[in-house]
Amino acid sequence: MPILVRIPSPLRKLTNDQEIVPAEGATIGDVLANLDSTFPGLVERICDEQGNVRRFVNIFVNDEDIRFLEEKATTVKEGDEISIVPAIAGG
Amino acid sequence: MSQPQTFFSNLKCRECGRLYPKEAIHICEFDFGPLEAAYDYDLISRHISRDIIASRPQTMWRYRELLPIDGEPTVGQQVGFTPLVRADRLAAKLGVDELYIKNDTVNYPTLSFKDRVVSVALSRARELGFQIVACASTGNLANSVAANAAAAGLTSYVLIPADLERSKVVGSLVYGTQVIGIHGAYDQVNRLCSEIAGKYGWGFVNVNLRPYYAEGSKSMGFEIAEQLGWKLPKHTVIPMASGSLLTKIHKAYKEFIRVGILNEEPFSVHGAQASGCSPISSAKKRATDMVKPVPNPKTIVKSLAIGTPADGYYALRSMQETGGSAEDCTDEEVIEGIRHLAEYAGIFAETAGGVTVACARKLIESGKIPRNESIVLCITGHGLKTQEAIHGECGEPRLINPSLREFEALIANDNIPTTTTTASSCPS
Repeated sequence: MPILVRIPSPLRKLTNDQEIVPAEGATIGDVLANLDSTFPGLVERICDEQGNVRRFVNIFVNDEDIRFLEEKATTVKEGDEISIVPAIAGG
Repeated sequence: MSQPQTFFSNLKCRECGRLYPKEAIHICEFDFGPLEAAYDYDLISRHISRDIIASRPQTMWRYRELLPIDGEPTVGQQVGFTPLVRADRLAAKLGVDELYIKNDTVNYPTLSFKDRVVSVALSRARELGFQIVACASTGNLANSVAANAAAAGLTSYVLIPADLERSKVVGSLVYGTQVIGIHGAYDQVNRLCSEIAGKYGWGFVNVNLRPYYAEGSKSMGFEIAEQLGWKLPKHTVIPMASGSLLTKIHKAYKEFIRVGILNEEPFSVHGAQASGCSPISSAKKRATDMVKPVPNPKTIVKSLAIGTPADGYYALRSMQETGGSAEDCTDEEVIEGIRHLAEYAGIFAETAGGVTVACARKLIESGKIPRNESIVLCITGHGLKTQEAIHGECGEPRLINPSLREFEALIANDNIPTTTTTASSCPS
């Protein structure tokens, strides 16, 4: 079972409208790099010029925010679900 | 009446400045930066003046040129223009000279500032053709979406954390909205809504309609300036959840200067949070612009319990730019703040109002707000909505039988004069 990545709607133009895409890698950083080779341009949307996850992007591994884990070094395994979610306002 | 004119030109990424069409989109495709309404300020400055604004009905829509809709508002036309109250007794209690309460506890129709944002979001939702509107909410927004959607004949879904105050849940259910309680914290509700919005194509007021929604908060700032006699308070203390209200009040003040309604004068915006969920205040105190999310907010102030504040970074920038400060306060201080506002200004605020009062007090005591400068406290929601939070904290009624003897025994220790006085008779 591969790792599944949920793509937010603003990025689906890059994934041929796919909402969930399979990916591989041992860490979030690896997964993003591998995704970028399948869907060129994806990573520059998610990470800034220094390679850090952009301020307004939240990445979750099985519902846990990677900022509470080890950011891009957070390890992932087969069957995990990764969600990329834009930040939204209060209420 | 002539055809309404729009002064609102585009959506624009706050990060990279790329322009987008005025659709139901909220983030930049290139860097995920939030999209914000952009206006033609030169055109606006030729169309409005203090006199023109003052001649219009007393609602938030008297500032329509600076709000992001194309036509006339069709939802919430009566919202806003709540009282700005000079609170001298509370000022004396806090040891300051000039204190005002911007009292959105009496905003129409659902007793919180959220009616401002919903009025804009749903008017825009109609312009964009949505039939179903929705929101993620800590309670106040849900109440407002439910009420305003009902009045407008739109179908609504409101998604809230399952453990909200009962009065806020009932305050949504009564309007016949679809209330969905989520087992989880607000941030999880938020995330779910972001996924639903992408899938169902509904008008989520704080997701895909966010650029319109957020601008509604500016009306609170416009009103403060107008009601102070067309000038800015030196200090404005604002509660922070996502941080959006603070950034928008700052924007309102700057826009009034930009379009020539106000002269340029220095002002500071200060932010207030509850200690149990204070990611923005903590970052301000650490003098960093990296907002560290709070995974498990623990506070009675549920309306401010957003652990991952979307506008935290911009709120920090607004405080930085204006020389403002941030504070946070414990739940006990929140209750004390609610009681001070009630006992010294006659205003019953929800827990977020207690946060604003308590944090203002700390900012005054620490010298960050000088005692001789004008101060406005933004009080954003009514106390009836969060009664549970202070239940048992402000005493209980004393019970007697319907007997004058029992009444006299009861007030014997209240230091009330016992001699009977009669009102003076009419002059003959």
